[in-house]
Amino acid sequence: MIDPQMFQLVCFYAFAAVTVIAALSVITLRNSVHAVLALVLTFFSTACIWMLAEAEFLAIALIVVYVGAVMVLFLFVVMMLDIDQEKLREGFVKFLPVGLVVAVVMLVEMLGLIGVRVMHAQTMGVNPATAAGMSNTAWLGMALYTQYLLPFEVAALILTVGVIAAVALTLRQRTGVRHQQASEQVAVNARDRVRIVKMAAERPIVGEPGSQSAPAEEPKP
Amino acid sequence: MGDQILHQLIIPILLVVAVVLPLTLTVALYVYWERKVLGWMHVRMGPNQIGPLGLLQAFADVVKLICKEVILPTNANKFLYYTAPLLALIPALAAWAVIPFGARFALSNANAGLLYLLAMTSLGVYGIILAGWASNSRYALLGAMRSAAQVISYELAMGLCLVCVLVLAGSLNLTDIVNAQAGHKGILDWFMWPLLPVFVVYFVSGVAETNRAPFDVAEGESEIVAGFHVEYSGSTFALFFLAEYANMILVSFLASLLFMGGWLSPFPESVPVLGHTSFIWLLAKAFFFAFLFLWFRATFPRYRYDQIMRLGWKVFIPIAIVWVFVAGCMKYYGWVHIGTGG
Amino acid sequence: MSRITNYFKSLLLIELLKGMVLTWKYLFSPKYTMRYPMEHIPKSNRFRGLHALRRYANGEERCIACKLCEAVCPALAITIDSAPRASDGQRRTTRYDIDLFKCIYCGFCEESCPVDSIVETHVHEYHFEHRGENVVNKLQLLAIGDRFEADIAAARAQDAAYR
Repeated sequence: MIDPQMFQLVCFYAFAAVTVIAALSVITLRNSVHAVLALVLTFFSTACIWMLAEAEFLAIALIVVYVGAVMVLFLFVVMMLDIDQEKLREGFVKFLPVGLVVAVVMLVEMLGLIGVRVMHAQTMGVNPATAAGMSNTAWLGMALYTQYLLPFEVAALILTVGVIAAVALTLRQRTGVRHQQASEQVAVNARDRVRIVKMAAERPIVGEPGSQSAPAEEPKP
Repeated sequence: MGDQILHQLIIPILLVVAVVLPLTLTVALYVYWERKVLGWMHVRMGPNQIGPLGLLQAFADVVKLICKEVILPTNANKFLYYTAPLLALIPALAAWAVIPFGARFALSNANAGLLYLLAMTSLGVYGIILAGWASNSRYALLGAMRSAAQVISYELAMGLCLVCVLVLAGSLNLTDIVNAQAGHKGILDWFMWPLLPVFVVYFVSGVAETNRAPFDVAEGESEIVAGFHVEYSGSTFALFFLAEYANMILVSFLASLLFMGGWLSPFPESVPVLGHTSFIWLLAKAFFFAFLFLWFRATFPRYRYDQIMRLGWKVFIPIAIVWVFVAGCMKYYGWVHIGTGG
Repeated sequence: MSRITNYFKSLLLIELLKGMVLTWKYLFSPKYTMRYPMEHIPKSNRFRGLHALRRYANGEERCIACKLCEAVCPALAITIDSAPRASDGQRRTTRYDIDLFKCIYCGFCEESCPVDSIVETHVHEYHFEHRGENVVNKLQLLAIGDRFEADIAAARAQDAAYR
């Protein structure tokens, strides 16, 4: 007997387990490329969990944006790095106390936060999309472009500014570099550059030295 | 109990097989057709020795590839080396789950079908990039980097084109999108007319996204031998091959579903027989686009790498963004007829 | 002005479409492929293929071991030993080897031969299955000559007017 509720629960725990294991391997794996791939897996299983929570737009957006684009660039960078594994492990003992302190502080803070949340816990409300009788995506679009239009546009603006800033920071004018102008190259007309000359065919004069045989010596300038 | 298992397990599996098996068969025939068309356009004959008209050539190639030894390069990352072909193939096949083959037949008639497709096509790049990295070869790494940069760039243009379509159709569901193109005027009701520039941009981006000529710098035979799959042989190579061609056929199907009305007839409904909607129309349209892939390959020389990037970022994306705006106006002022059902 | 027209020309993909029209025409044009094992390209009577040693009509071998071919061979593919024949004391070859891997099929041996003994036949489809088979000896060459004598004689007769 396949109970839908039961099945969903099993799926949730399976995805959650994969997420946790993958997240752990991100920080434990030696090979940095493997670590990035574990991060990809974390994102993917998180997306699966969101899918279970009927947030299909968010889940797929996570895959498209993070897994499909951001992590690929990450992977790019990590693949290009030449990391010396031995050197990385050198300072392990030296930094262990500091690391432990930071980790413990973070743990306490997170537990505190979760505790506060639990105090104020309320069960999840009715899914507004189902309540409105729309698909998740349509409802999200509706909410973003009406109720939350201003925050949405502000977020878009901030991201645009970020892109422009990044471009401006890395932009440098180098002198002495000859760039290609593709549009100019394409716009070139054969007529402007090459002159086709029509002339009558010539016949070598018989008897003149060097006219018959192949030129053995260099032509005089 | 047995009934439930039948409905929830066996029938879906059978349906999946019913899509994947013909797909693999189509890939085999498509490879044959590619070699034939390329041959004809080169004033050659193409394969004509194995089987009648050389039809069995593709199957002979499959047998050859399966029988060949799979070689693991020195110092290659064994796990990723063998996982990469699967990572390329799985998204390519998974994307077919939401493709509707007719008004009533799709494996999953998901509401967010178009989004799912975007997600699956964006996952395909992992197979390529990992194959390039894991095989411990400079050529493969170069090919993987080129390919990954190209796929990411053209995905943006492609996504913007899809935005135009779904602005007009008002739905992410592929069946709904096709139905929105239904009308009394047949071919004139399809989205390809109001979205003509975007239609061209979409298909060309599709060609670039699948790393096909003239955008095949990722496997430029003359410079980096074969790009990311240079170290792969035998059946692992066959998997990459299968993924690439499955993606090409997917792009062909998508172009016909999104812009050319899928299974709708190009003739008005009033025309007898020819005016009916049919699976055959979808096949014919997809065949046309699949043929375009080959036609492009026979016609155009390979783009230079920076030209590819320039085309994607400086030409296609601006065109697509402008047309998103135009499509919004069309929808808002009701300039375009939007159908409701087939 | 021309910049603007150029811009629209490239935007409308006119040149690309022209290219596609061209390949579309070739799609249906007659194909030039020769289906090789079934069809053959006509061969000139001066075609230079596998070597052969010829005999006179009475069965006597033509070669007189003058070694001109050995001397002229630019690839040093020919090796000849000679000795008086035991039966009648005539000068004959005891060994006539051609290394077909060295041979460049230039036809100089044939040109240099005073008795038209060494010739190159029309045979160009042959293969070796073992090491060393690339060196053909006198007996083999004579056998090839016997086998294709009609062909060889016909080709020589056709070309005789130009020599």
